[in-house]
Amino acid sequence: MTTVTEQPATTLKRGFVGQSIPRKEDRRLVQGQGTFFDDVRRHGMGYVHFVRSPYGHAKIVSIDVSKALELEGVYGTITGDEVAIQTDPFFEMSVEPGGLIKDYALAVGKVRHSGEPVAAVCAATRELARDAADLVEVEYEPLPVLVDAEEALRDEVILHEDAGSNVVWTGVFDWGDVDTALADADHVVKIERLHFHRFSSTPLECAGALVEYDKGTGEWTLTCNHQMPGVGAIWMAPALRCGIDKLRFVTHDIGGGFGNKICLHPQYVVLCLLARKLGRPVQWTEWRTDQHMANAHGNERTFLDVEVAVKADGTMTGFKVRAIDDCGAFPRYEPLGCIIWAQVTPGLYAWRNVRVDFTQVCTNKSPVSPNRGYSRMQHLWLTERIVDIVAHELGFDPVEIRRRNYVKTEQMPYETPNGCVYDSGDYAAALDIALDLIDHGSIDERRAEAAARGKLLGFGIGSTLDSGTNNFGQSTLLNPDLQFSGNNEAASVKLDIFGEVVVTLGTVPQGQGHETTAAQVVADILGCSPDQVNVRRGHDTWFNSHAGFSGTYASQFAFTGLGAVKGAADLLRAEMIQLAAAVLQAPEEAIELADGFARIKDGPEEAALPFMALGAIVNANNAFLPPDFNPTLNHRYVCRPYFGVVDKERKTGQLTLTYATQIHAAVVEVDPETGEVEIVDYAAVDDCGVRIHPQIVEGQVHGATAHAIGAALSEEFVYDEEGTLLTANFYDYHVPHALDMPPLKTGAMESPSPVAPLGAKGMGEGGGGGIHCLCAAIQDALEPAGRPIVTTSCNPPHRVWAMLQDPDATRAGVEVIST
Amino acid sequence: MTAPASSHPVTVEINGESVEIEVPARRLLVHFIRDDLGLTGTHVGCDTGNCGACTVHLNGAPVKSCMLLAVQADGARITTVEGLAPDGELTRLQRAFNEHHALQCGYCTPGMLMSATALLERTPHPTEEEVRYALQGNICRCTGYVNIVEAVVAAGGGA
Repeated sequence: MTTVTEQPATTLKRGFVGQSIPRKEDRRLVQGQGTFFDDVRRHGMGYVHFVRSPYGHAKIVSIDVSKALELEGVYGTITGDEVAIQTDPFFEMSVEPGGLIKDYALAVGKVRHSGEPVAAVCAATRELARDAADLVEVEYEPLPVLVDAEEALRDEVILHEDAGSNVVWTGVFDWGDVDTALADADHVVKIERLHFHRFSSTPLECAGALVEYDKGTGEWTLTCNHQMPGVGAIWMAPALRCGIDKLRFVTHDIGGGFGNKICLHPQYVVLCLLARKLGRPVQWTEWRTDQHMANAHGNERTFLDVEVAVKADGTMTGFKVRAIDDCGAFPRYEPLGCIIWAQVTPGLYAWRNVRVDFTQVCTNKSPVSPNRGYSRMQHLWLTERIVDIVAHELGFDPVEIRRRNYVKTEQMPYETPNGCVYDSGDYAAALDIALDLIDHGSIDERRAEAAARGKLLGFGIGSTLDSGTNNFGQSTLLNPDLQFSGNNEAASVKLDIFGEVVVTLGTVPQGQGHETTAAQVVADILGCSPDQVNVRRGHDTWFNSHAGFSGTYASQFAFTGLGAVKGAADLLRAEMIQLAAAVLQAPEEAIELADGFARIKDGPEEAALPFMALGAIVNANNAFLPPDFNPTLNHRYVCRPYFGVVDKERKTGQLTLTYATQIHAAVVEVDPETGEVEIVDYAAVDDCGVRIHPQIVEGQVHGATAHAIGAALSEEFVYDEEGTLLTANFYDYHVPHALDMPPLKTGAMESPSPVAPLGAKGMGEGGGGGIHCLCAAIQDALEPAGRPIVTTSCNPPHRVWAMLQDPDATRAGVEVIST
Repeated sequence: MTAPASSHPVTVEINGESVEIEVPARRLLVHFIRDDLGLTGTHVGCDTGNCGACTVHLNGAPVKSCMLLAVQADGARITTVEGLAPDGELTRLQRAFNEHHALQCGYCTPGMLMSATALLERTPHPTEEEVRYALQGNICRCTGYVNIVEAVVAAGGGA
């Protein structure tokens, strides 16, 4: 087959950790026995359908639900007016002006993007709810529409009158001395404009929830697919004017998340209000078209007035840029994206002088939310574009300029200009593996061979870092008054009465195989088989194994999720040894846990207690235990990574803890007649430290690469000037199908993290390399056709064709000043 | 507009069992299977017939059950993912999906399995190209298809 894995020499093997054992999740999922939120039914439940705005920007004159209510089988409706009375606006994280924005669960007074929910209808069947929604009459008064971020900056049309400006957040990050670096440079390369486009990972399962309200206790239970319930509850409880203890989140299997299921709190609040109002369970399953129009897009970012300082030998010493981030109609998780990029400020490069003038604005488009590679991907695309444009303009080899400027492995751990610490890695070695995999030495030959067939062949590299384990303290660099810092995740491990090892997680997996990897870690610590470890599926607030930042996001499960599992298992292990020592009347040092037994090392066969005996003694047969010894065999552990405190003045600090490396390399062929791009060779090399489960790691690499290829060549949320989304379904928004995917070659290295509990780094979000290497490869391929510069991250055939028609237009904004 | 009031009895043989249920004329086959019959292994991932998560076998042929009305399936023999291994003894293809890590979130998996099972029935030893062609109507957002293709080829005895 097509996958080649380079087995590293440095693999740490430790029992089950490091082995690709069969995933525990699969048996149910291949038989259709998974439980996704939409599979759950309740007696008397009603189906919810949202009435959505057809306008990009409009005043709501009136809403009339009477005809919908007349329809037999309709249980009730809710509108923005009721929401405004019964709830408070969601908490905003920005300082002013963004902090003044009022964001409610349904549109109040006006709509700000097409697809924005203005009312909801609940009925006996899915079909009826949809019909009834059509009967809701909404009168709109259209307003001028803003779909361009730079136009939004002019504030001639305002989305949020309460804020008085479209700017959410603005600030300057200035590290080192970029002015001196530019003054001392032999060459200054100027790039007028680069644009990172709007797309999202579009998980196959859309969003939704089944919400039940318990009138007696005032509690809501949400059987849902929220991927970060800890933070979801922080938004929802104040809005609903209830304690956080009144919200119980339950997840089972989740059909993909990628960050797109983090900002579901507006829809969930509507469901909570409807469940309470109607006195019945309510269920909402988002339609695909609705997800594209109004759930979660990735951040769109425009980079202006880039200036890069380059020495004669190709050493790059710094850059400055003005970044305009478009977060759509409401900030929600924003403005965190205004700082998250700073986790990877220099990319993989050793330049020390960076100034980023960052502004985020609202436009009449779908709100954004974290999307695989959140905010770092956009910034890393900038750094990679800079490198390839500098190489192109000054005649450096893209491989050599990287080797020269990459942070060196002997510099690890490496402190970036803004105080982050790259924990480990060897970028140049990873690049060498990638180059070998695509047979870089034969590129010239292949180029000539392709040219003979009338094709333009090009080669490109994408180098990225997947920064894992977020320090929420970075939010205070945006808003000093925010009371967030650090991070945490919880897990509990217990030994049950018949010897069952039961693990509950605070993480909320969506396909990452947490049940399997958690079982590997626990099995190694307790001395049993992963088959004996029951990791409970999903998340339940009532498990009491969650923390304030619980969830699966920010590439942190390997650190915080498994760190919590390890911590809890270590506590249980210590207690099991203590208990066995007491029962077997041996010193604790003499006890070992192995093969499902606690036994005396090298002792007689009968000096061994099966786990079942330990569980039974504590839970059911404990009278003989001494009064001062009270084992529980049930341990909860909170993994709290240490970051230190950020420096708000200098905007520095350890914003994240681990840095996995990705080096992608692509060879493409462009058809000059059509602009069509075919990937003819592709390699992805990943270094995430210790791989708990190499097969799962490789699977994440494949998936992230597919997202990158889709984003680079076809996936784009395109709006017309009236704010209508033109790519609202899988026809117009083309994601890769099996025939679109090229053969992928993968390679791996292991540079263990010195800071992570298991040496393992989070790595699920490292797909950006694919976007960068394809942009670079297209630019390289078009070199003989007028030397155009690739200035946008999405290059479907019509854009490539346009570059071929007018290559000079793409070069107009690029200038080199040499001294 | 008013809700279509008519409903019709629909008889199908599903995973070897015969059932007869009265359904509204406009009900999609996929919602009939999921909501009326409680066979929730068949999934919905889009509203335009693109994603294939709802793929079932209708009289032996793979079809997207969101593109048919339940009443159109009257008299048909249907197999869903639950019918692949009724006794819990996984098929070779299901085992291959596990061995090759051909699934992550598992949401597309039932549709993938139904399309691939149909392929293996008509082409027992497919090549990689044949597998990719047969699966082009099924979207997966997690795996990049690499291991899915590998699993199906392996289930057919290929490398």
